Amino acid sequence: MKITLSYGGGGEETQKLINELFYKYFDNEILKKSEDAAVIETNKKIAFTTDSFTVSPIFFNGGDIGKLSVVGTCNDLAMMGAKPKYLSSGFIIEEGLEYSTLEKIVKSMSDELKKIDVKIVCGDTKVVPAGSVDKIFINTSGIGDVIKENISASNLEVGDKILISRDIGRHGAVILAKRYGVETNLESDCKLLWDEVKALIDAKINIKAMRDATRGGVSAVLNEWANSSNIGIEIKEENLKISDEVLGLCEMFGFEPIDLANEGTFVVAVNSEDAKKAEEILKKFNENASIVGEVVEGNRVVLISPWNTKRVIELPKGELLPRIC
Amino acid sequence: MRYKYIINGIVQGVGFRPTVYKIATSLNLKGYVLNSSDGVIIEIEGKNRDKFLNELKNNLPPLAKIEKIECFKLPLKNYKDFEIKYSINTTKTTSISPDISVCEDCLKEMRDKNNRRYLYPFINCTNCGPRYTIIENIPYDRVNTSMKKFKMCENCKKEYENPIERRFHAEPISCYECGPKLSVKFKIENGKWAVKDFNREIKKIEFIANKIKEGKIVAIKGLGGFHLVCDATNEKSVYELRKRKNRPLKPFAMMFRDIEMIKKYADISNKEKELILSKERPIVIVKKKKELKGIADKIDRYGVFLPYTPIHYLLFDFLDFPIVATSANISDEPIIRDSKELIEKLGSVVDFILDNNRDIINACDDSVVQVVNEERLFMRLSRGFAPKSFYIDKKTSPNILALGANQKNTISLYFNQKVILSPHIGDLKTLGSIEFFERTINTFRRLYEFKEDVIICDKHPYYESTKWALSQNKEVIQIQHHFSHALSVMFENSLDGEFLAFLFDGTGYGDDGSIWGGEVFRVTKHNYERIHYIKPFKLIGSEKGVKNPSNYAISLIDEQLAKNFKNYEIIKKLQNGPFPLTSSMGRVFDAVAFLSGMIDRNEYEGISGLIIEKFYNENIKGFIDIGIKKELDFKEIFNFAYLNRGKFELVSSIFINSLVNLVVKLSKYYNLPVILSGGVFQNKTLLGKILKNIYAYYNKEIPINDGGISIGQVAYGIWNLRRENGT
Ligand SMILES: [Fe+3]
Ligand SMILES: [Mg+2]
Ligand SMILES: [Zn+2]
Ligand SMILES: [Zn+2]
Repeated sequence: MKITLSYGGGGEETQKLINELFYKYFDNEILKKSEDAAVIETNKKIAFTTDSFTVSPIFFNGGDIGKLSVVGTCNDLAMMGAKPKYLSSGFIIEEGLEYSTLEKIVKSMSDELKKIDVKIVCGDTKVVPAGSVDKIFINTSGIGDVIKENISASNLEVGDKILISRDIGRHGAVILAKRYGVETNLESDCKLLWDEVKALIDAKINIKAMRDATRGGVSAVLNEWANSSNIGIEIKEENLKISDEVLGLCEMFGFEPIDLANEGTFVVAVNSEDAKKAEEILKKFNENASIVGEVVEGNRVVLISPWNTKRVIELPKGELLPRIC
Repeated sequence: MRYKYIINGIVQGVGFRPTVYKIATSLNLKGYVLNSSDGVIIEIEGKNRDKFLNELKNNLPPLAKIEKIECFKLPLKNYKDFEIKYSINTTKTTSISPDISVCEDCLKEMRDKNNRRYLYPFINCTNCGPRYTIIENIPYDRVNTSMKKFKMCENCKKEYENPIERRFHAEPISCYECGPKLSVKFKIENGKWAVKDFNREIKKIEFIANKIKEGKIVAIKGLGGFHLVCDATNEKSVYELRKRKNRPLKPFAMMFRDIEMIKKYADISNKEKELILSKERPIVIVKKKKELKGIADKIDRYGVFLPYTPIHYLLFDFLDFPIVATSANISDEPIIRDSKELIEKLGSVVDFILDNNRDIINACDDSVVQVVNEERLFMRLSRGFAPKSFYIDKKTSPNILALGANQKNTISLYFNQKVILSPHIGDLKTLGSIEFFERTINTFRRLYEFKEDVIICDKHPYYESTKWALSQNKEVIQIQHHFSHALSVMFENSLDGEFLAFLFDGTGYGDDGSIWGGEVFRVTKHNYERIHYIKPFKLIGSEKGVKNPSNYAISLIDEQLAKNFKNYEIIKKLQNGPFPLTSSMGRVFDAVAFLSGMIDRNEYEGISGLIIEKFYNENIKGFIDIGIKKELDFKEIFNFAYLNRGKFELVSSIFINSLVNLVVKLSKYYNLPVILSGGVFQNKTLLGKILKNIYAYYNKEIPINDGGISIGQVAYGIWNLRRENGT
């Protein structure tokens, strides 16, 4: 069975989609009221974010667009020290998508929601003519209770330590491989990060800044921080954990792991006294978590090789143009 | 009648005025010589005045270089004698001399037991010694050099002030009593270093020599920086140095005691010998005779050179074998010039340091040359040759700062009818080298009191130099890389008109956003047309593909052949990957070397070309005829390389012959004078064969590789820009 334009028309087919698919998987009281808007109660400071997901391919090792749409938005909340609570979800579906494919995506979203008790409380579905979008686009917005305040890209100070929660570059490498049909056993790191963040907060780690290294990878995060806080960052290359599969794919495609997207990996800057403790906590979730560098004077992000060569890391470039002879 | 000359060039601190004095008095001329801000001014009267200029030109001191002479005929003043006049010591228009190896006269004194400078490690005179590397500011006076902290003793002062002395105004002059001192440094606990005491300078050198004999790795401070040194004949030491420095394969240069010692290990021609012995003392690439393991594995060349400072000479008093003498740096960074930095960066690489307290102000690497068809070809223009100046006739352009390429970077200035080319700066890959690049720009601005009106850089958007240029809030002009290569040849050969230019190199940003490098241009001073180029292919792996050619190389051969490779399926998929297109000749060399089995990886830049040269066989005359189409298709060559995998001589010879044939054929087809430039022409066999077949202009005075790009850029500005206010 395929999704036709009539599924987005607001009539019988739309109702069917809502009742038999979305209510089934996103089952909760607020959603089921089917009002024009969800009414939610909160008396805390809240964090609020939105993101649209357009990944191709929509299914990949370690995840799919559905999982990604929940994880991406929840992680953005978590990075602000907020416990994800409620999500909205908007679907833009290409006419002709298999119903079973959509169901798989929705189920996958539901599986993630259960992991950290977050609810989809409102949503929307549109079906557009074939060719208007690539299979399916999902937008999610999210609200979370702020548990820890004052986490900001402009908080970094000289001496602070930089940690990364695990090995880097997996999601980007998986997508690259899949897109060009290169076989790999590598799995995306796509994962909710709230548990790790909560553990850091519970341990009273002095978190200065925190960001999931999605598009633009670790490079983009570090450059944004250097810019916002007007500081320099030095990263020791040997402390960056990279799996052999990611390295191999990078060699083949000419990318740097540090530039590749992640979907369940975050960078966190902490007070230098807390660094060791933070590392221990993060290692409980992933043994590849480590302190990778520190904040220094200056305004550049610098990668130091094991032989002490210093290279500037810039924002990843759209095009890969060799400069060497 | 009275003649007045105004002379510009390298005419200060190089014994120019004493020479003028000697010639004038020997011809019984009256008048004076004077340094001024306009240059050296000479006035002469007397019967022999017409002989003067020729005598001067024929007897120039070794370091002097005349760039411009103006002559005025004036009424008699009836001078009574000839004198060296003192005046305002301004050197705005005077060029700065490169550093020159210690001269014969100084060596003789150094060997003379009765001379007060017997075995003195810092002996020099106006004809030799440090210049560019010690100058901090202008004018070139001792107070503006790193010799300022050494107060001249009475004896030295006497020599310095005597117009007929070889050391008249030799700014770095010194002796045991007043000069710099050597020091031996060695490791103590926890990364700390200490100084070892000796009662005599020569004992310090002997100590270090003994350590080299024992197989230790030492650092020795030379003119433009430190060398890492070990016994070149001690395989264990050589491989240990490679391990510690993380430099698995790239060849090491070797320093020899004398030319006889070189002859034991290498075959050298007369021309090569001449270059090895020349006062600039470059590293000369020569043919191996006796294999020394670990020095230049896999290729058939050595880079050899002779001692050029008194310290090197004295060192070889205790050594009867060649030493590795490679620039002390961490890979891709500039040469290290002080021991603090050395200890910080290479403390774990070296066991002992032979330091001295004469600071190196401007770092300067060794120059590298080779001989092609009895002529010198620059691979790196640096110590001994740089800064290099050219004089320009017209005076119409604005002041130009040209920033060169990203690899083998050099910068060039244009001002006041003069072009100055900097020494080799290096590959702008690391923070250290980018800082050195910026430091060099500032040094040159200071030393020449230079301020640019226009900056010219490459078109590559990611070159460090491009980024720097665009951050300066000045007018910036971007010139295509290969056009710059062509212009550099036109500049140094003073060419005008239309030319057919073969521009073969590894990488240059093309006008269409792809990576060019196998280009044939129709070119003038003002413009170019890309008339032929290697049929573009996807550079699978982008920059990483340069190091690992396997994927893109296999994509270049016929499908049924490619199927034999186990990564064939992947390569087919990668064909659609996000990779740039390239027409690079450098990549063609890598692909041929890979497909024929000569290399697995591109372990250092240029290795494919060197290995292909090693296997070239004169007796194999065949070639593959590449058709003259706009896109030059090398597929037949790639297939041939693969089908003859393992037959290295055959593949190498057919490949080189085919390139020679292509160049010759195109030259005849267009019937235009030919220009050759780009790093691929460092390939001595290729360049040599082409030159045997056709006449071609190529880079002789500046590097043929990207080290010459800044000259091409500056030339573009001189020929195409006009001063706005007409001054
Ligand atoms: Fe080039
Ligand atoms: Mg986001
Ligand atoms: Zn001398
Ligand atoms: Zn003295």
